[in-house]
Amino acid sequence: MNPAIDPVDGMTRTQQLLADDPLWLVVLKVVVLFAVGVVLTLFMINWERKVVARMQQRPGPNRVGPNGWLQSLADGLKLAFKEDIMPVLADKKVYFIAPVISTIPAFLAFSVIPFGGEVSIFGERTVLQLVDLPVGVLVVLACSSIGVYGIVLGGWASGSPYSLLGALRSAAQVISYEIALGLSVVAVVLYARSMSTADIVAAQGSGWYFYLLIPSFVVFVVAMVGETNRAPFDLPEAESELVGGFHTEYTSLKFALFFLAEYVNMVTVSAMATTLFLGGGRWPWPLSSFNDNGWLMFVAFLIKTLIFLFVFIWLRGTLPRFRYDQFMKLGWKVLVPVSLGWILVIFAIRAYRNSTGGESTAALLITIGIVILAILAVAFLLPDRGTPDQEVEVASDYPVPPLDLKVPSAPKRRRPVERRQPAGALTGKEEE
Amino acid sequence: MTALLAQAASTAGDAGVGEAVVFWILGPVALAAAIAMVLARNAVHSALFLVLTMLSLAVFYLMQQAPFLGFVQIIVYTGAVMMLFLFVLMLVGRDSSDSVVEVLRGQRVAAVLLGLAFALLLVAGVGRAAFAIPSAGLGVAASNGNLPGIGRLVFTDYLLPFELTSALLITAALGAIVLAFAQKKPKAKLGQRATVIARLRGEHARVSPLPGPGVYATANSVAVPALLPDGSIARESLSEIIEGHEVDEHPRPPADAHALTDGRRAEPESAGTEARTTGAATGGEEERA
Repeated sequence: MNPAIDPVDGMTRTQQLLADDPLWLVVLKVVVLFAVGVVLTLFMINWERKVVARMQQRPGPNRVGPNGWLQSLADGLKLAFKEDIMPVLADKKVYFIAPVISTIPAFLAFSVIPFGGEVSIFGERTVLQLVDLPVGVLVVLACSSIGVYGIVLGGWASGSPYSLLGALRSAAQVISYEIALGLSVVAVVLYARSMSTADIVAAQGSGWYFYLLIPSFVVFVVAMVGETNRAPFDLPEAESELVGGFHTEYTSLKFALFFLAEYVNMVTVSAMATTLFLGGGRWPWPLSSFNDNGWLMFVAFLIKTLIFLFVFIWLRGTLPRFRYDQFMKLGWKVLVPVSLGWILVIFAIRAYRNSTGGESTAALLITIGIVILAILAVAFLLPDRGTPDQEVEVASDYPVPPLDLKVPSAPKRRRPVERRQPAGALTGKEEE
Repeated sequence: MTALLAQAASTAGDAGVGEAVVFWILGPVALAAAIAMVLARNAVHSALFLVLTMLSLAVFYLMQQAPFLGFVQIIVYTGAVMMLFLFVLMLVGRDSSDSVVEVLRGQRVAAVLLGLAFALLLVAGVGRAAFAIPSAGLGVAASNGNLPGIGRLVFTDYLLPFELTSALLITAALGAIVLAFAQKKPKAKLGQRATVIARLRGEHARVSPLPGPGVYATANSVAVPALLPDGSIARESLSEIIEGHEVDEHPRPPADAHALTDGRRAEPESAGTEARTTGAATGGEEERA
């Protein structure tokens, strides 16, 4: 089925290379993966603060280190030396273990990401990936579903109502958005004919999936923001409603672990989106010759991941937080049905193509039937708009404006010329 | 039990030492967590021990060359089902531990008997599978890889059970939704526009919302009443809760809504001191009313 597969032992080239890795190389990869996670987190925090600051027209951190780029490192060190508070009402063991549960899966998910192509490290041919499981995509989903336990348990064990509410929101949020996330991956798996991340990247040689599978891509991007508890879906830690949400009671290193987990998760889902939809480390057309070099592919992978991370920051700087019911409605009534319908369409297309070149009438009829069913399903899902009743007789004597009031457009005001200040003293903005 | 372990270890023989090591580490962990789940007093701790057991099982599946099953176990059971359990348990409250009082008479005896019977059944069934039936081996069952093997079986030989199970699950989910919503009143929820129209028709007590508290520059207390446009006091602006509270601190000058106006009271000094007092909840409108 897969052309790259070796007939002898049924392994792809990537799997063979990884199986030949000596122990020191595996250890090296693990250490580098961990370092990449931590460094990207430190970078990401700083980058986020700087970008959001630029969007809000203020300088942002600019004191510690060159141009302020060491600010998050300093903050991290400061966090480690802060007093560690154990709340009186806390469930001690669970409270202690929750940040750990939250952090470890975040790093674990890194192991299946194909960061680049085939390279040679100290004379050893290998690929920039720790493991290539036949179910690599599921590993990332599993890690994200375990990581939520940290948030939920941390919120529960804190013994504070705000934390508990944050934990409850987080549990509901992750369950509902994981469904959308999983469904959007299904289309990719169907097209790539494999769940292995390396195979999916290889299958995108003929075209990246973000334009071949646009609905899946959109659903994945929306769901991944929901899955990582980031704005505008950061309801578990909505500071205007829940103080700090699930980590209200956490201090010092435990809080730092939660922080680390959130940012590593962001990097993981961004890397996953890159792998699934942006062709992993593949360079686009004019630079296709770069694809022969594994290290250059790593550069491409990094650039694409940073683009996704920038979108995360952009969203946070732009959008207000969703209300909880709107958020759930979006997940269950928009993302999930759209994903299901899209999968149905893909099934139909594939069934039509597989049926002896599409000449068999039975297959055609089945295909058309599926399409009509899909359209019917969508038509049923659309709510019928009620006709608004126009006539309203006002019963109360409370002074109200007429209901059919049209606000007239404001007449153009002429600026009083004589009050205008001499040029240079004031800008036009301040004058208004 | 030992026979089972020995069987597992012997099947692990051809897969290597690593599998046996993992089995002998995680096997006791899974078993201990299962026992702890039954014995734990706190419901959330119980759920966590169950999660530990499930994760151990998932690793077993991985070691037995069933990666799909292993990760689906983690995603579906650990990630979704147990998370729902936790969700409910957290809603119940963290201090609700198991009571030791036996609610149903003879429940424990029945539970022990049924548990033993079930264990016997399992041992008999699994033991027969382990010794009496020759194993086909992974080479036959998953010659094309684990994932394609499962896919082909589910959509060919086991299509009917698979579809029946999914139909059962969907029916159960729909039933749960119907039951949950049947408790609600069949009244349609009013939208924003409909609410506005109902307000204007006079179906509400008043058209506008209640006036906010009169927190002025002279006092930061919510006990200061708001002023209506004509300068009179809006009684609705005062919270009933605050008014109902007895304040037994040392007496403070009452909050004055008219402090900034050229009203009846002209005491700028006392108004200035009031601005810094908090919680002057002595209901300042009585003497002006």
